Amino acid sequence: MSKKHSSKIYPDAKSALRDVLRDGMTVMSGGFGACGVPENLIAAVHDLGVRGLTVVSNNAGLDGFGLGVLLKTHQIAKMISSYVGENREFERQYLAGELELEFNPQGTLAERIRAGGAGIHAFFTRTGAGTLVAEGKEQRVVNGETYILETGLVADVALVKAWRGDTEGNLVYRKTARNFNPPMATAGRVTIAEVEELVEPGVLDPDGIHTPGIYVQRVIQGTNYSRLIEKLTVRSREEGAHAVVA
Amino acid sequence: MPWSREDMAARAAKEMEDGFYVNLGIGIPTLVANYIAPDMKVVLQSENGMLGMGPFPFPGEEDPDLINAGKQTITALATTSYFSSADSFAMIRGGHINLSVLGAMEVSENGDLANWMVPGKMVKGMGGAMDLVAGVRRVVVIMEHTAKDGTSKFRPKCELPLTGANVVDMLITDLAVFTRESRAGQFKLIELAPGVTSADVRQKTTAAYQQ
Repeated sequence: MSKKHSSKIYPDAKSALRDVLRDGMTVMSGGFGACGVPENLIAAVHDLGVRGLTVVSNNAGLDGFGLGVLLKTHQIAKMISSYVGENREFERQYLAGELELEFNPQGTLAERIRAGGAGIHAFFTRTGAGTLVAEGKEQRVVNGETYILETGLVADVALVKAWRGDTEGNLVYRKTARNFNPPMATAGRVTIAEVEELVEPGVLDPDGIHTPGIYVQRVIQGTNYSRLIEKLTVRSREEGAHAVVA
Repeated sequence: MPWSREDMAARAAKEMEDGFYVNLGIGIPTLVANYIAPDMKVVLQSENGMLGMGPFPFPGEEDPDLINAGKQTITALATTSYFSSADSFAMIRGGHINLSVLGAMEVSENGDLANWMVPGKMVKGMGGAMDLVAGVRRVVVIMEHTAKDGTSKFRPKCELPLTGANVVDMLITDLAVFTRESRAGQFKLIELAPGVTSADVRQKTTAAYQQ
């Protein structure tokens, strides 16, 4: 370990990650599609060059964006995800046998992370009963319903992206960029948050905090956000208020 | 004449009731939102963490932090709430969502649903579909009645890996509507597309159902 850091605030992503990353570790990475992705922290993982990572993330990024950056350099050995479309490099590595993949139903993934962070070792769920997901898992029938046993997930490091954060590590997310970030923040042995706006104590409303600072060990101010939109979908003015789908 | 995608979406919209919380899948199910009666209050849930999904934004008003589960840009309403993926699926798995409309590749006569993988092809993942069928109170499926080669997609048994076993309550195809009172019961043919006869449907269906 490097010298003690009395503050949770680190000057940049590399300094926040340098002494915690190891080859072969498990990393959680927040985000849904291109929304709420810890872009600065992922770039630092890329630059620091660790390999053989198991990455827990709902999606696998896009070519050249988010986790796609770590796939390109073959730093990821295994992904635990619910949906990995829209990434050609991922598909190529998977089909070539270079990358291990574990699919979890999206809600099972979210609940495994929530349970891991809450110290719940395992839980029974109906999701996946009677499907390939149930294979090799303990099953139990309660009141005529079949449930399967799923285990909690924790990570060596959780990388999350928030809108605003303070020096205590209290976090507030914005709109649907919240997604997997709050449960992942609870499930990292070390949780590192990057925020769009780092604020002084007292600025965030204590009633409006989404992730209390106890879950967050390190905070950095993020920079250069791509503001990427995966599927730009708009309606014309003529369609008016009622048109939902173009 | 068989129903179009829009016709099937409009038919599914008739399953909405005032006050319902509804999750719409990707593809044809997304179109259902366009056919909800304007005088009916239906709240759309998007499983990436939003209740009260509004229409697509006007050009220039899109927000990269505001997308639906299909990753499309959308807008909020005055009553919208945002939450985490864990809370979102607690709503879904906890039975708080009244209705889900999903697409399918196959449905079996006992209500099994297959819509997430074709063995031998690149699998993109099940996303939230398995949670939706396991947790939402009523599941309505929209799909083409037959595959391109004419084989029935409403079958005695699904050939493809399942998304859920015994989870479908209503099936809307381009030819007909099938429904059942309970998940212990058999599907019954209740409506036909204009110009389609029950004999046509019988001839194009391998699943057993009540006439």
